[in-house]
Amino acid sequence: MADITIPERIPITLVVNGERRALEVVPWTTLLDALRDRLELTGTKKGCDHGQCGACTVLIDGRRVNSCLTLAVMKDGAEITTIEGLAKDGTLHPLQQAFIDHDAFQCGYCTPGQICSAAGLLAEGRARNADEIRELMSGNLCRCGAYPNIVAAIEQAMSRS
Amino acid sequence: MNAYVGTSTSRVDGRAKVTGAAKYAGEFAADRLLHGFVVEASIARGRIVRLDTSEALKVKGVVDVLTHEHRPPLADKDEAWKDEVAPEKGSPLRPLYDNRIKFNGQPIALVVAEDWETAKFAATRVRVEYEQEAFATDLESERGKAKKVDQPHKPRGDAAAALARAAVRHEADYVIPTEHHNPMELFATTAVWNGSGGLTVYDKTQGVQNVQKFLCSVFAKKPDDIRVISPYVGGAFGSGLRPQHQVVLATLAALALKRSVRVVLTRQQMYGLGYRPMTIERVALGARPDGTLDAITHEAIAVTSRYEDFSRNDTGWAEQLYKSPNSKFAHKLVDLDVSTPCDMRAPGAATGVCALECAMDELAVALQLDPVELRLRCYSDRDQSEGLPYTSKQLRECYARGAEAFGWSRRNPASRSMRDGKELVGWGMATGVWEALQMPVAVRIVLTANGHAEVSCAASDIGTGTYTIVAQVAADALGLPIENISVRLADSTLPQAPVEGGSWMAASSAHAVLGAAEEIRWELACLAKAMPGSPLADLDAANVTLTDGMIVNNDRRGAAVSIADVMRHSKLERIEKEKLNQFAEDKSHARNTHSAVFAEVKIDEELGIIRVTRIVNAVAAGRILNTKTGRSQIMGGVVWGIGMALHEETVMDHRFGRIMNANIAEYHIPVNADVHDIDVIFVDEPDDRINRMGIKGLGEIGIVGVPAAIANAVYHATGKRIRRFPITLDKLLE
Ligand code: FES
Ligand code: FES
Repeated sequence: MADITIPERIPITLVVNGERRALEVVPWTTLLDALRDRLELTGTKKGCDHGQCGACTVLIDGRRVNSCLTLAVMKDGAEITTIEGLAKDGTLHPLQQAFIDHDAFQCGYCTPGQICSAAGLLAEGRARNADEIRELMSGNLCRCGAYPNIVAAIEQAMSRS
Repeated sequence: MNAYVGTSTSRVDGRAKVTGAAKYAGEFAADRLLHGFVVEASIARGRIVRLDTSEALKVKGVVDVLTHEHRPPLADKDEAWKDEVAPEKGSPLRPLYDNRIKFNGQPIALVVAEDWETAKFAATRVRVEYEQEAFATDLESERGKAKKVDQPHKPRGDAAAALARAAVRHEADYVIPTEHHNPMELFATTAVWNGSGGLTVYDKTQGVQNVQKFLCSVFAKKPDDIRVISPYVGGAFGSGLRPQHQVVLATLAALALKRSVRVVLTRQQMYGLGYRPMTIERVALGARPDGTLDAITHEAIAVTSRYEDFSRNDTGWAEQLYKSPNSKFAHKLVDLDVSTPCDMRAPGAATGVCALECAMDELAVALQLDPVELRLRCYSDRDQSEGLPYTSKQLRECYARGAEAFGWSRRNPASRSMRDGKELVGWGMATGVWEALQMPVAVRIVLTANGHAEVSCAASDIGTGTYTIVAQVAADALGLPIENISVRLADSTLPQAPVEGGSWMAASSAHAVLGAAEEIRWELACLAKAMPGSPLADLDAANVTLTDGMIVNNDRRGAAVSIADVMRHSKLERIEKEKLNQFAEDKSHARNTHSAVFAEVKIDEELGIIRVTRIVNAVAAGRILNTKTGRSQIMGGVVWGIGMALHEETVMDHRFGRIMNANIAEYHIPVNADVHDIDVIFVDEPDDRINRMGIKGLGEIGIVGVPAAIANAVYHATGKRIRRFPITLDKLLE
């Protein structure tokens, strides 16, 4: 029996945090694995790999997306912002600062996803109060149970933006 | 000086966590890193008769497939596999050891490839044939086979007779299902091969030294050969107390292939690790008409695996809470063909106190007494099992402050009496209790002449805030700004620490820091005294404080010398001290934390939808080192309590002995929209007996009592008593 071969690698370019990154990936590589394993951007987390937890949330062309449900080859040329790209010149993004101020995390594992998701939420402009934040942030699980502090942090960032 | 202890200092590791800089076990890079993917057994009991890896090996990029027939040597004695927290009785699981299958989901092979996707794909090409044996996974159908385990709580009086003559009696079974920890981080290990045969193992664990010793014993390695590091842990809640499969497999593969290997479990595979065991709790209470208790009996029947006896104290908590002249407790286990359960947040208490507190609520209804009033009438000032007073117990204050904040006095005692629009409103309460434990921990402090200090210890921070409280205690004891303190944790080469669990790490690490800081202070004071013309020349070296970079005489605050001057004059670049702190044994007092939990639920009766709209948790847990991170810990516990009450249940298909909802879409945990107002109150509880700083720990107490308070609120709202958790809408609609 012949060796079982896996599909050919395909060259793509991703614009990650403003930087053009060329890489070759097999078609079944998710954007999440490309970021973590290939580009060594491990700030984006894997909590389920099935679109169930939100830990892998990144911003693609400004919209929040579960990167584990996104194949890297489908995003050739896309602009991707990860948690590593939110602070500018050493100054934290208002959401990052608000998360620290309100202790909106414990273990920190869901946190990059929460913050990217919150950034997407603010850009959507759909959430007007705490109840709407809760509802629209419910795709991002936090097993440490930091939810009330996450809501408070987002409210702080919302009021200052 | 307390510039930091007791304040709401923000987490010192906060910046690393919000910027993505914090690295977790599966994120450390290594040269020519290989990736392992686990193949699991698909039967519940039996043996492997054929394991064919030939097709998997043909996949381009696969380097090897390790199995029980193809692997480096593993220890063959049970003792070698017993880690620091392994159950006393039993024979721990040995991954890839032989052809025996003990549970569905047991790891049986590791496919190792150049990249993760290839390993994952090739794992589907491993063919396994089994010889199946009869198995059992259902606690309820096997209940008759329960075996009794030793219990610390001896019976008092004659509970059976007292129950028989009780004026008011309540007796019922409460069933708590199996639950899984589901930390957000997947269990992962990166074993880095460092050429000479040694390994640096980045592991998701609550105890690096436990894992290090375990690996050395399983792989017959010398202590210097293996170093275990775990700077950040993405939650664990007990699941990381024992070394898990992935660390054995990654190490095994690295040793076999002489290369670095990473193994990350999938979410589904994590359901083959430990869990909170399903438990049937039978509670009987006998009361006099005045609302005092004459008898308490509590029997728990819990799941364990067929290969290890895991049990915790479910039943004894009434001894701490409620006065009764007669009591009897029993803990029983049923052996099933499942993996061994393990500690999960407040093990024993989360379940046992849940049953006790639901039973107390039912008794209050039977006695037509307010539930808080019943608890006050039964209030015990002593731990009855040993007849001991408490180092401190501000539980009465918890009831008072919690009730006040909640508005409990406005409660209409009749069930179904309160409404908000079309929703029924229910108010319920419960008591919480946990132990205040403390363990030996060592800490090293290196103070440098530039006014910085590095504090290091092998303890873990699993999100509990250890980095932060260690920095706070050190900053205060050394009189330095917290920015000048750097904390290193969770490296097996650092000073000794036990696993992080049981709520003992705050007290244990804080006192170790204090001890090491005092040695530094003593040395500085001695040096300062000896300086020519020193204003501290006549000083008692034990009677100084370090503050704002100065060594100050406690009796004459004006007499002070700067630390920098002393070190410069003594030609010292650094002062290093390591101190192992041991707590004096004190058997004269019981040590516990307590809480009073008040819950409001709103229920849409037509749809059965339950919302927990408010929780007040009033906690008495000694001195709170950090009100911000402490509040978060209690809040997290409350969220867990909401999950336990309404959502969490691992569902087994007993025809296959296989878990049906092994993911986090169908295993429900609370999401943001499920959590509303949580009010955490820390009741003042000075305690100079328990330890010098009066610390008790907060990791567990937050969950205890919460599920019962919610269940009692559901009864108050609807008049329906659901004794089988979680309380899902189908049970309300029945
Ligand atoms: S890892 Fe993508 S949603 Fe969980
Ligand atoms: S902070 Fe731990 S899971 Fe959210």
